[in-house]
Amino acid sequence: MPDPPFLATNRRCFLIRSAGFAAGVGLLSAVPLRAIRATPQAMQEAIRKIVGEASLRQGRVRLDVPPLVENGNTVPLTVSVDSPMTEADHVQAIHIVNEKNPQPYIISATLGPRAGRASVSTRIKLADSQQVVALAEMSDGSFWSESADIIVTIAACVEDLH
Amino acid sequence: MARVLINVPARAKRGEVIELKTLISHPMESGYRVGTNGALIPRDIITLFTCTYNGQEIFRAELSPAIAANPFIAFFTTATESGTLAFRWSGDNGFSATETAVITVE
Amino acid sequence: MMPRRQTRRRLVTALALLAPLAAFAADIPAAQRRSGYEFMGREARAIEDDDTGNPGMLAVLEGEVLWNRREGPAGKSCASCHGDLRRSMNGVAARYPAVDPVLGRPVDLEQRINLCRTERQQTAPLPFESTELLALTAFVAHQSKGLPIAIPDDPQTRRFGDAGREIFERRQGQLNLSCAQCHDDNWGQKLGGAVIPQAHPTGYPLYRLEWQSLGSLRRRLRNCLVGMRAEPYPDDAPEIVDLELYLAWRARGLVIETPAVRP
Repeated sequence: MPDPPFLATNRRCFLIRSAGFAAGVGLLSAVPLRAIRATPQAMQEAIRKIVGEASLRQGRVRLDVPPLVENGNTVPLTVSVDSPMTEADHVQAIHIVNEKNPQPYIISATLGPRAGRASVSTRIKLADSQQVVALAEMSDGSFWSESADIIVTIAACVEDLH
Repeated sequence: MARVLINVPARAKRGEVIELKTLISHPMESGYRVGTNGALIPRDIITLFTCTYNGQEIFRAELSPAIAANPFIAFFTTATESGTLAFRWSGDNGFSATETAVITVE
Repeated sequence: MMPRRQTRRRLVTALALLAPLAAFAADIPAAQRRSGYEFMGREARAIEDDDTGNPGMLAVLEGEVLWNRREGPAGKSCASCHGDLRRSMNGVAARYPAVDPVLGRPVDLEQRINLCRTERQQTAPLPFESTELLALTAFVAHQSKGLPIAIPDDPQTRRFGDAGREIFERRQGQLNLSCAQCHDDNWGQKLGGAVIPQAHPTGYPLYRLEWQSLGSLRRRLRNCLVGMRAEPYPDDAPEIVDLELYLAWRARGLVIETPAVRP
């Protein structure tokens, strides 16, 4: 016995709706609810936000970081900038960004002429092998940068999270 | 209570550039890790570190979840006068810690 | 009665099977014995070397507070009995695990501390892997930093060390691997991007970068067994201490580094 017209319509509607729903779910699962990895574009965006309209050149900045790291949880890193650190010519700030952590910012340090030497050391987390960029903001408003590619390996015998 | 280790020279010559090294115990939970129950472990990090030299700020750092646990920060300053270096950390969940060190500058 | 040729063949087969085992049974000779410190990169070693940059030292600071904290009904601290630990605890970690005369079997430092807490301070033991027990153990072991590991060579200790050796050399788990196969036979080679160390417990409790915190040898052994796809022992199993004792004996001559830093 054929379905009454309204049921048929409903079934058709239901089918269409469920296809839509499935497609919708498919779409949702294809696009992660939260980006777990930043992208190189996100890093470039972060750099643009930091630098603004100022000039950005490569050089004067040294990024000391091991090229191969035994564990991404603790990566020792030192940024030093070639600068006389006088009142007239000094490093105002140092920024470090990355391309594959969940978000691009790592640290921003404010210095000034009293620092005597433009060098900051810390330990960072790297989610994966990736590029790290250090930016130096100078007292004249210009920016200088240096990048480093770091390979992150992982220890062989790790525990389950418990 | 957060444990802190500071490495500051006890004495320095006027005008000498000295290195200050700091280490503080803190989990620096990034907020991106998933726990055993499948839920995200909430973020819990130090967000700001400052150092003052006789009250004047000489260094400031804004930290992100990408700073490793038990944050280590080393930086430089010029020894201008005898006095007190004060180190302050603050962050999520009302975290706050301070440590001071006295320096004699001749 | 087997024909002669067959007997000889069986004997040869039996020897062929035994020979590899005999080759594996030796631990690393003293001249080649090296701490995991030497298998790390320059930067990781720098973290361990700097007392004010070594995160394990934060736990040692914590341990000092606990050493002086009064516990139990009699209000005794560790210091009440042991006094200045720089003297009383110097050399202790270098000879642990040690056979407890009452229990008649070895205990490691964590268990020794808890025995003191329950028997002498009349207070509750600290749970394994708790920050307090780790801090206290690190503080005590740190007093032996720079001293060579020296497990006494008496029959009773040797008996338990042999039991530990048996575990070390036994194939286990889904991968049918023994500890010896990696750490006696293939140290220095790479396993998935990481260099295989010799597995000497010179710096426990240590700051493992993977854990982002201090942890015990007990915890590290659990990681090893899970990594081998073998069943880890319960925390209080005698096998763990037998194995720890064998590892300490196997590391004899290497110096204590507590708190070490490792990937």
